[in-house]
Amino acid sequence: MQFDATQLIPVLPEISLLILACLVLVVDLFIREERRIVSYVISQVGLLVTLAITLAVSHPEAQIVFDGSYIRDPMSDVLKIGILVVSFMVFLYAKDYLKERGLFKGEFYTLGLFAVLGMCIMTSANSFLTIYLGLELLALCLYALVAFNRDSPQGAEAAMKYFVLGALASGMLLYGISMIYGATGTLRFDELAQVVSAGDLNRMVMIFGIVFLVIGLAFKLGAVPFHMWAPDVYQGAPTAVTLFLSSVPKIAAFALAMRLLVDGLSGLHGGVNGPWQGWQGMLIILAVLSMGIGNLVAIAQTNIKRMLAYSTISHVGFIMLGILAGNQAGYTAAMFYTLVYALMSAGGFGIVIALSRKGFEAENLEDFKGLNQRNPWFAGMMLLLMFSMAGVPPTVGFFAKLFVLEAVVSVNLTWLALVGVAFSIIGAFYYIRIVKLMYFDPPVDESPLSVGIDTQVMLSINGLAMLILGLFPAGLFALCANAIGG
Amino acid sequence: MIADWPLLTLTIWLPIVGGFMVLASGERDVNATKWTALIIAILTFIVSLPLWFAFDTGTAEMQFVERVPWIPGFNIEYYLGIDGISMPLIVLTTFITPLVVIAGWEVIKVRPSQYMAAFLIMEGVMVGVFCALDAMLFYVFWEAMLIPMFLIIGVWGGPKRVYATIKFFLYTFFGSVFMLVALIYMYFQSGSFDILGFHTLKLNLTEQTLIFIAFLMAFAVKVPMWPVHTWLPDAHVEAPTGGSVILAAIMLKIGGYGFLRFSLPITPDASHSLDWLIIGMSLIAVVYIGFVALIQQDMKKLIAYSSIAHMGFVTLGFFIVFIISQENAGSGAALGMQGGMVQMVSHGFISAAMFLCVGVLYDRLHSREIGAYGGVVNTMPVFAAFMVFFAMANAGLPGTSGFVGEFMVILASFRADFWYAFLAATTLIIGAAYTLWMVKRVVFGEVANEGVASLQDMNQRELIVLGTLAVAVLLLGLWPAPLVEVMDASVNNLLQHIAVSKL
Repeated sequence: MQFDATQLIPVLPEISLLILACLVLVVDLFIREERRIVSYVISQVGLLVTLAITLAVSHPEAQIVFDGSYIRDPMSDVLKIGILVVSFMVFLYAKDYLKERGLFKGEFYTLGLFAVLGMCIMTSANSFLTIYLGLELLALCLYALVAFNRDSPQGAEAAMKYFVLGALASGMLLYGISMIYGATGTLRFDELAQVVSAGDLNRMVMIFGIVFLVIGLAFKLGAVPFHMWAPDVYQGAPTAVTLFLSSVPKIAAFALAMRLLVDGLSGLHGGVNGPWQGWQGMLIILAVLSMGIGNLVAIAQTNIKRMLAYSTISHVGFIMLGILAGNQAGYTAAMFYTLVYALMSAGGFGIVIALSRKGFEAENLEDFKGLNQRNPWFAGMMLLLMFSMAGVPPTVGFFAKLFVLEAVVSVNLTWLALVGVAFSIIGAFYYIRIVKLMYFDPPVDESPLSVGIDTQVMLSINGLAMLILGLFPAGLFALCANAIGG
Repeated sequence: MIADWPLLTLTIWLPIVGGFMVLASGERDVNATKWTALIIAILTFIVSLPLWFAFDTGTAEMQFVERVPWIPGFNIEYYLGIDGISMPLIVLTTFITPLVVIAGWEVIKVRPSQYMAAFLIMEGVMVGVFCALDAMLFYVFWEAMLIPMFLIIGVWGGPKRVYATIKFFLYTFFGSVFMLVALIYMYFQSGSFDILGFHTLKLNLTEQTLIFIAFLMAFAVKVPMWPVHTWLPDAHVEAPTGGSVILAAIMLKIGGYGFLRFSLPITPDASHSLDWLIIGMSLIAVVYIGFVALIQQDMKKLIAYSSIAHMGFVTLGFFIVFIISQENAGSGAALGMQGGMVQMVSHGFISAAMFLCVGVLYDRLHSREIGAYGGVVNTMPVFAAFMVFFAMANAGLPGTSGFVGEFMVILASFRADFWYAFLAATTLIIGAAYTLWMVKRVVFGEVANEGVASLQDMNQRELIVLGTLAVAVLLLGLWPAPLVEVMDASVNNLLQHIAVSKL
């Protein structure tokens, strides 16, 4: 292999993140407890610098470097920007929460930044090994983050569950990878696609390989029936970590699905010969179950974190609908949905965090009661976020659903679109229940919210983005369409 | 020239932006907020007036058209325009909203600025529904209506408001999502979301039937038609007076408008083959719901049921057309459809007035039970006069607007089938029975209790609101020609369009 320094240019965002994470790790050792804010500032500034670098190295042409194991294309650029922006928001929301609970430690940022690095590697992976490397880097950081509050038994239990199930999922994924490698003899996605399109494969081995890949993927996405970890982990982890866990990694999981299924195995999509000949059928089952179970079980929840966990599961079902459509429109719609979902989820948990304060965790739906009287502005933002999650126009959540439905109808799966809308009616119920609690019920807890000005500004931007992107969805949509290469 | 101004955009966004301004002003200076809201509402009405005066009644073409791309990736446009069917409903909307703002002036004590803002935003969104010519734009406005209404009922409503508002939301949401799938399906058939393009889209009977049913779910819930009407009495009873007025006067009309803009022209053959279904549902609404109204103890519930019965006339008028055109009975078909339209506008005035009358009483005694009143005429003579007048209009007294629409629809039904006309005409008896019986129990007789004895007659604010509506009801009743003339070209165009099979 010829080494050429220009090969490093596309990887600059990752390099910057790695330096940043190490910098925070080292600097944090030398600062006193009360100056901890320095680590936070370094992380945030670093994320912005990385964002700038990502923009600077972005390019309409795809570049494949490092012997074909790394790819930088418009899709990875847009997804990385999404990851960095949402991570920035997450760190910002989390700051006050961590401070008030004695969790304001440099490790949060080190682990968080390594997780971001893992996600960036996933979005840019062009081979099974690279993608697995990124995935494990992400997963290991997340396990540690879930147990970040070491005095919390729920946190430890959640981390244990997450670790065991996550390891199992990684095992499944690896097993699937090994089968596909065995059948095709390549780890690179572009070569894999060529081998698949040439035909002449051991079909049985390939199908088995895909089954295991999809199982691993479903675990990571949290799709039914591989969703069991999600509610427990969401509930057990500190809210600041749940906030991170529920938003940013979904963007990476989308990248994972796109790289594995679309870049590598789009030839085995199976839609042409009827839906049940390839991975499309598997995703249909996962999507329908996720939308169904996610929405139905969410109704029964009284804990807001668990409810949002089930809500995530149902959103994942919708994202899968877009992917399984198997055309440009579908991938674009799924990407749009994923980015919008990450923003909605960050905002939703951001409000949950804003409701918490020292010595009080806002965990139950009851805590939302009368928010409109305590703080009309935040209630308004949460209203926008909830209606966006429910998919009610003119919020952007509606357009996310609309584009996915259009993609599904375009491949003659109209029945699937009907299933999707039917479950979104059910889903609407528990989202508007939050609105009901905020607006129609008297407050239980009259104390005013104490929220820092930075969080206030960011939450306002986040909430209003739901409305503004809803009124002008064309820009983000064009960005996604361009990234997919439509 | 005034027709070149973006009047529709202005009519939509002036109240929405104004509503957000009112919202942002908070509860600090309540009086200033109320005045701002009123000024914005009146300004919107003034802005909408040229739509009527500069309207060219000679053509069925869309007028005041505005068209810019919105989401180019899917060929979705910001495409507005009005014809003789939508224009009267827009003016009705901008006419009713200032009255609602005035009606809530002193009554709303809890968060008045949010209340006013909700109504202003609601107004803009409803106008948007009537002038959207892009199906996706229509759908966005259509669903966006739910959010302010959900809050209006839930925050300012009566004791069972939460149940009522969630029922309202889920019912309407349920109805409309299937319409969304139908719209997407047609997008792939025609390549755009242009509603006028849908009108000329070729669809076979199976497609048409499925699309028709999807539309029916959306519009029947909104109208509401029997048997999906059950959200309406709950929503009306629990909503604050202003909410009931907007619901009855305008939101229900959106369902009727949907039939004219979507169901009939897009799926004429399915509409024809399923006309028995709609006519049957309409007649059940007219007769059965009329009887249901008779036994109500709650005034608002009674008016709610009466609304369902009256809206039955509207859908009857729209679909009776198919039976008449078979026999080719000249202008009979136009009569039915125009009757339905006149009935919509007239019901907008009358139901608004009836709910405001109940609101006047409710504000004083905090009860909507018929049994809690009696002999109101003794203490509130002016109010009693208005109430009796509107009750007569509700019962379809000639000379009031209530008569015109019903009469036209009944006439058209005669051309179709005697028994349809017979059943429809029973409403004149049943309607008179339930309305006048209520008036008798509430207004006339001896003073029933101390509460009634202590009643103060209407103040100036209430007088303005009810007086304005009384003028409107009389005007439309005595001289409906301008309204009929405005919609004439569009209705005839629609009739010609649906007479041609798409198969």
